Amino acid sequence: MTLLNKPPAALILEDGTVYYGYAFGYVGTTVGEVVFNTAITGYQEILTDPSYHGQIVTMTYPHIGNYGVSVYDMESNKPFARGFIVREFSRVASNYRSNQGLQSFMEQHKIVGIEGIDTRALTRRLRTGGVVKGVIFHGRVDKALQEALSQKARNHEDIDGRDMTPEVTTSLPYARPTFRNSPRVVLIDFGIKHSIVYKLEQAGAEVIVVPAQTTPAQIMALNPFGLVLSNGPGDPGGPQYAHDTVWQLLGLLPTYGICMGHQLLGLAVGGRTYKLKHGHHGANTPVKNLVTGEVEITSQNHNYAVDVDSIPGHQFEATHINLNDGTLEGMAHLRYPVFSVQYHPEASPGPHDASYLFKRFIEEVNAFEGARAIPAVQGVSRL
Amino acid sequence: MTYAYRLRDTLPFDTPCGPSGLQSARDLMGYVTRGETMPKREDIKKILILGSGPIVIGQAAEFDYSGTQACKALRGAGYRVVLINSNPATIMTDPEIADRTYLEPLSEEFAIKVIERERPDALLPTLGGQTALNLAKGLFESGVLDRYGVELIGANYDAIQKGEDRQLFQQAMAKIGLNTPAGKLVDSLEEAFVFVETIGYPAIIRPSYTLGGSGGGVAYNEADFSRIVRQGLHDSPVHTVLIEQSVLGWKEYELEVMRDHNDTVVIICSIENVDPMGVHTGDSITVAPAQTLSDKEYQRLRDYAIMIIREIGVDTGGSNIQFAVNPHNGEVMVIEMNPRVSRSSALASKATGYPIAKIAALLAVGYHLDELPNDITKETKAAFEPSIDYVVTKLPRFAFEKFVSASDTLGTQMHSVGEVMAIGRTFKESLLKALRSLELDVRSETEGMSVSELESKLYPNPLRLPVMMELLRRGRSAQYLYEKTMVDLWFLAQLREIVQVEQEIRSLPDPTEWNWELWREIKRIGFSDGELARLTGTDDRELRRLRLKRGGAPVYKTVDTCAAEFEAYTPYHYSTYEWEDEVKTTLKERVVILGSGPNRIGQGVEFDYATVHAVWALRDAGFETIMVNSNPETVSTDYDTADRLYFEPLTFEDVLNIVDREKPIGIILQLGGQTPLKLAKALSEAGVPIWGTSAEAIHFAEDRDRFHQLCQELGVPQPRGTTAKSPAEAIDLAREIGYPMMVRPSYVLGGRAMMIVHSEAELEAYLEDVYSQLPERPSILLDEFLADAKEIDVDAISDGETTVVAGLMEHIEAAGIHSGDSACITPPASLGADVIDTIKRYSVLLAQAIGVRGLINIQFIVRGEQVFVIEANPRASRTIPYLSKAIGHPLAKYAALISAGRTLQELGFTETPIPDFYSVKEVVLPFLKFRDLLPVLGPEMRSTGESMGIAKDAYLAYYKAQEGANAPLPTHGNVLLIGEDLQELDREFTSLGFNVTRHPKSGATPEYQLLVDTAGTQELRRALEHGLPYLTSRQAAEWALKAIAAVKEKPLTIASVQELHANQQGSKNRETA
Repeated sequence: MTLLNKPPAALILEDGTVYYGYAFGYVGTTVGEVVFNTAITGYQEILTDPSYHGQIVTMTYPHIGNYGVSVYDMESNKPFARGFIVREFSRVASNYRSNQGLQSFMEQHKIVGIEGIDTRALTRRLRTGGVVKGVIFHGRVDKALQEALSQKARNHEDIDGRDMTPEVTTSLPYARPTFRNSPRVVLIDFGIKHSIVYKLEQAGAEVIVVPAQTTPAQIMALNPFGLVLSNGPGDPGGPQYAHDTVWQLLGLLPTYGICMGHQLLGLAVGGRTYKLKHGHHGANTPVKNLVTGEVEITSQNHNYAVDVDSIPGHQFEATHINLNDGTLEGMAHLRYPVFSVQYHPEASPGPHDASYLFKRFIEEVNAFEGARAIPAVQGVSRL
Repeated sequence: MTYAYRLRDTLPFDTPCGPSGLQSARDLMGYVTRGETMPKREDIKKILILGSGPIVIGQAAEFDYSGTQACKALRGAGYRVVLINSNPATIMTDPEIADRTYLEPLSEEFAIKVIERERPDALLPTLGGQTALNLAKGLFESGVLDRYGVELIGANYDAIQKGEDRQLFQQAMAKIGLNTPAGKLVDSLEEAFVFVETIGYPAIIRPSYTLGGSGGGVAYNEADFSRIVRQGLHDSPVHTVLIEQSVLGWKEYELEVMRDHNDTVVIICSIENVDPMGVHTGDSITVAPAQTLSDKEYQRLRDYAIMIIREIGVDTGGSNIQFAVNPHNGEVMVIEMNPRVSRSSALASKATGYPIAKIAALLAVGYHLDELPNDITKETKAAFEPSIDYVVTKLPRFAFEKFVSASDTLGTQMHSVGEVMAIGRTFKESLLKALRSLELDVRSETEGMSVSELESKLYPNPLRLPVMMELLRRGRSAQYLYEKTMVDLWFLAQLREIVQVEQEIRSLPDPTEWNWELWREIKRIGFSDGELARLTGTDDRELRRLRLKRGGAPVYKTVDTCAAEFEAYTPYHYSTYEWEDEVKTTLKERVVILGSGPNRIGQGVEFDYATVHAVWALRDAGFETIMVNSNPETVSTDYDTADRLYFEPLTFEDVLNIVDREKPIGIILQLGGQTPLKLAKALSEAGVPIWGTSAEAIHFAEDRDRFHQLCQELGVPQPRGTTAKSPAEAIDLAREIGYPMMVRPSYVLGGRAMMIVHSEAELEAYLEDVYSQLPERPSILLDEFLADAKEIDVDAISDGETTVVAGLMEHIEAAGIHSGDSACITPPASLGADVIDTIKRYSVLLAQAIGVRGLINIQFIVRGEQVFVIEANPRASRTIPYLSKAIGHPLAKYAALISAGRTLQELGFTETPIPDFYSVKEVVLPFLKFRDLLPVLGPEMRSTGESMGIAKDAYLAYYKAQEGANAPLPTHGNVLLIGEDLQELDREFTSLGFNVTRHPKSGATPEYQLLVDTAGTQELRRALEHGLPYLTSRQAAEWALKAIAAVKEKPLTIASVQELHANQQGSKNRETA
């Protein structure tokens, strides 16, 4: 292979638009919802984030693969993104942490990639046209094949309304070993990122991860002092059983929702979610904490948002908003130590500005453990 | 499982219990847009901003950019802005930028005068570089700020101290648990050895209080260490040296950080140095964003940066923090932090589109990041971290060719005089664009070198990058280069890819057979048509034709701070070869203005000033203005200067691509110095409509023979001169002209290789030592040298019908010193009316005959009543900003309007203005940065910047200009005079109360306050290193003497530019009435 004569590939969108590029990663064809992420670093965390299940990720930063792949940067046991679109994939990985090149990592995990396309043009297309399904195909495409592939994209099942959690959740509950006498929290896995577990442990909790479909009784039987609702892929309207679980557990335990966990909390109390035009995917979104007035730069990855106006009044207060578009980024229950954020305080990739939320949650957990009861709070002034 | 109780059982879910329920979406947006709560400070009305003074190495045009942005932002927010800056070549000192502009020295003495007169409420010291920060520190320490109730905003005194003082900084870092390179001050070799045990080799040795870093070094072993420490202990006046842990070869990163009063901190940009630790970041090839850090590593640096800005306590605004990262284990050291806007901030602003200086100024007066809009997206806020979807590369530009005997090794002291930045979609593309923006033919320099020569050039030096590429071409591996240079393998892999593609191109079929896909793949790597022509053995114009035939034009992308996530409104573009073009054009008539490219000696911020003026004038005249430039340190590359900005190399290909895309009705290149002028001929041939003086006229004036003929026809005398084809012929012809004589090669770049010879022996020496070193063998120009004559610079402006001499600038030093290095005064102080009339008459004749439409700079020599012309350049000169400020007329604006068809009559500029004050320009020279060089002036230009002194009295103006150039004249004390025939000076200095000595005394420190050395002895170097004022010519000494006498008699007063120009207009009106 020479640099000027690389194996051809194409990205075909459901509307028939074709972007020609070059093949990298696993040789094959893939189909999924095309989204873009504006984070400059963190491609490995993005690929392995289960929230990207069913999606083809476009990186807006043009050089991807520069620092290779590290076993310490896995957000789950394997990549979940369906495909990877980059401007230029780096054949050389240069970093002492790197254990593997991106090419072999993608081959190993059967992730189809395309490089060399005008990712900025594609991003602008996604920004203005909204979320779209597409196919990455390795090989030359002629007119007929183009049509067939765009048909394939159109036929692909929509993410909206589907419950994708069974495809990503753990099949069995597991406890993370702990040597400390830490208060136990149950983390419901809707497509968990490992960093959430690490952050909880770091903040001082014993974490038991349970499958998404675990019932409230089963959860309470674990004798926890806190409940965490994880992130996860797809439409939060899909896993309806989860709305029920959250509703039943509401008020029983200090509760902390992250990303999809936040949306599930909103839905559980009777709110509504809606799909954003192109979602928020990146590591530079300013969020204002309305309680403290501070601004934090956050890591984001969501296509759906909780409709602020739909939450039944006098239960929740908005605690965080997105400074870019004013969407809801966080809320807290007015009486219970129950709060959630739309963004990713566990970062990975992204800034650590919001890691205080883990500490806050563990404070609530500790208080609850001490009191053996949920303390009633006035407002959400401590968040 | 027991729980005491369930709250939910006792509390119905819908019980209202909080003070407020969930806000509506509208309320939420209210948080975002609530304008009425903007916490702008109302207790401050008037703000003093300090500029950075004359351009020096390490502190250049970037502070004009930041100061201008700050002034505009604060005035826009309703504050009155007072500015002090002695540098007339800047945009910021234009009368329109601040409310009151003081072109006065940035010294405590003058700052106090300004504070006394203006009584500002606050002082913002973080936008004028180290000069402003030091001055503010001094004013604080001496209690001046306190006495006049001036509050320091932006950075408080403690923060400045903590950021600047090495020890305080290390303590602060230790407090928050961060590492800095370990260091210890020792006063004996034994102590040094004890300490070096703890840090290991290599170790850095820095002797205390030796200026210019002399005596220090890097020790790789015990023997070196012992030798350098001994030498250092000896050299240091206090006999101590600092032993520091070396982080040579570690990866170097910079983070640009912003903080507001609300403690919101954002990182604007990360920058990675391609040259690892050991090379000053100003001299390093740098790339934004960081390329070889994983998210975990980058976020750790981000966390550290936030901890540091909080610990140092920078209240608001931008800071630059440097880190070293061990490539083998990720260990991080904090190197330094600048609690102010810096050169890197300017680069980060241009690299991301985020206006750091503007936002920093607004934060200083109380605004919060989440309340200020992001100008680029309009809808989002300044509180965010830019995400970019391209790669930015900065390359430094050096001037070692001007300091031939200086070593070209790069180290911890900065040597570069300018820089270029280029934007590409990949590192390869941006690097290749940056390389051609440098306007240097580095490729042919390295091509001729042998492998062993190349291998010997792998130490840090200006040529290292092209040498590495050449070695890759010759088959050396990236690993080999890594071991030699410690440049990260990722960057080396990119260089190798470029070289591989070069080889592939060589083996491709003829370019006529290239299809569009192939063209695109080649062009998107970043190759220019010129390089491709070299690789394929064809002609670049032909390649261009073939490429366009295949549809291979570039597209233009937008710099938008957000990687296309939001709609961008800024018209800030760069080219690449992809699918989608984002430029929005309008139906208005467009004019392209070419900028001046990288700053270098002889072509500096003055030309940026002139091009920015052209943009403003043409914009006001209703044109759509398009700026093209490659220099990030400028006002011209601010995205709101022109209607559209193309950050592109100033080469024929790149400019023509923009012209093709924009289809302007005119292009202006006479205001940007040599860089655009070089393109005149080619662009004109390509049918580009060149406005102003035609390409032909420009080249006409450069043709020595034709110019000589013209002068004869017009009856304008020239010194005798001739051209020799060979050294032998030169010696023959020289006998006809006689000595002393000016000798130089036929192409002259800022006076390079130019010399005055006084005898045949000296001429022979010149031909032997200097001429024979020139790469090609140009013909040799010989000119009669008029000794003890005056040199006069003239800037004139012509619309084709009328020509007006805008001003005469009389040089202080006698003829023979490059006009860029001479001090000068306007209006002339010692010329008779007849001589002035003659000069004006000759100027008009020449301008008309050459066919100037715009500006022309003419140099004259005056001996007695005789006037000779030496050269004429039909373009903006570097004196334009100084002269414009001296006469109160924006000459560059006039020139731009003339090229658009206006007449001088319409502009109301028909006579030579005679200001009622004198303006003196003095230069600053970079000798201190080049070890062992004698600071002697000559026909080769070497100054980097200038100051301006204004006063009713010519000598007071000179005094101020000296102080403005950081060489204040003493009013008493000791004077050392070295040279012949200085008895007169001796007497006069004595009568002014000075102790005059005639012989230098050897000792640790010189025992004089002023040195006059017309003989060019080593004493000059000593004075320079001790920061003492020195004068190298008799004329300068005479002026200094009179200036000292004047300042002892008359009060030094100050006046703002606005007042001076208003008086000027007033007196003119009186005259006409």
